[in-house]
Amino acid sequence: MPINSTQTAQPSNWALLFACWLIASVSTLGSLFFSEVMGYAPCILCWYQRIFMYPLVILLPIGMFPFDRNVVRYTAPLSAIGTLIAVFQLLLVAGYIPESIKPCTQGIPCSEVNIQWFGFVTIPLLSALSFLFITVLLILTHVRSSK
Amino acid sequence: MKQKHLFIFSAIFLLVAFAAGEFYYLSHRSNAAAEAYRRDRTTFVRDYSPSHGSSTAKVEIVEFFDPACDTCKEFYPMVKKLMADHPGKIRLYARYAPFHNGSEPVVKMLAAAHKQGKFWETLEAVFAAQSSWAPQHRPQASLVWNYIGNVGLDLKRLEQDMNTPEMDKIVQQDLGDAHKLGVKATPEFFVNGRPLPTWGWEQLKSLVEDELAAAN
Repeated sequence: MPINSTQTAQPSNWALLFACWLIASVSTLGSLFFSEVMGYAPCILCWYQRIFMYPLVILLPIGMFPFDRNVVRYTAPLSAIGTLIAVFQLLLVAGYIPESIKPCTQGIPCSEVNIQWFGFVTIPLLSALSFLFITVLLILTHVRSSK
Repeated sequence: MKQKHLFIFSAIFLLVAFAAGEFYYLSHRSNAAAEAYRRDRTTFVRDYSPSHGSSTAKVEIVEFFDPACDTCKEFYPMVKKLMADHPGKIRLYARYAPFHNGSEPVVKMLAAAHKQGKFWETLEAVFAAQSSWAPQHRPQASLVWNYIGNVGLDLKRLEQDMNTPEMDKIVQQDLGDAHKLGVKATPEFFVNGRPLPTWGWEQLKSLVEDELAAAN
């Protein structure tokens, strides 16, 4: 007997979760590439974002096999908080948040820009976009599968 | 079932892409470094840098080290043996990276000993007594004097030389070059300009052997 939530499984809802997992996995491997291969030491805010991104790589597939729409309840809080931290760092890098309340004065400054592709793509921007996409897709999954 | 296949395929694809990206990045970085070294090696080696081995050697190892670093001490005889195994083919350059708090005066001592032509002898004496003057990674430069008496240095001159502004400049220059080259830990090696792909003795050995093979 399939449990209740699996009955609402639609291939497109599964695909939404799969898309979230792809984004989370690319972000995870990407951040590991920056730190372990290219040798950029992660600043403290990056670590907080990692804390909210890495579990998604494991949690999402648990909700995909078999499809369980409740996985949104467990993963959306992570991606939502991750979005907030990433946006906070973006504001920090852009200088909208003054130096005085910058949380990391020792070690690697979180406002330091290591990578700038096309003049505007930075690591915090990639992080914020990933978290934002995941959050939107998870909400969409929730709305569609609860119909 | 199809979904499971798609998932597994994607997971494998991502991991392979990561490994391929790493391989591409490291070989690109290595070639770029070797190219930079061929063009101009000033950041890697300075005029004052002590060296050891034949001046016509085709393979040049640049080592950034800290006299208080125990791994540097362990690597020293291994590098020496590697050079002895390939006589006349390898030249070693020493660069200072006093990352330990309190290493700097010891580095100045070594640089001053180099002025008396006794850098390597002094380095060996300093390494041999490392656990005595730098217990638990806490270097105490004043203790080093007890262990370099047999090297044959003019100790009075050494003390004068090590406190000159010239020594400050050498330390700052080496630390600056270490920063530019991305040296974050010691010992760090560059073989004809190429950095180690990942840190380790085997990686250093195979990098040296590759360069030896390429030189022949």
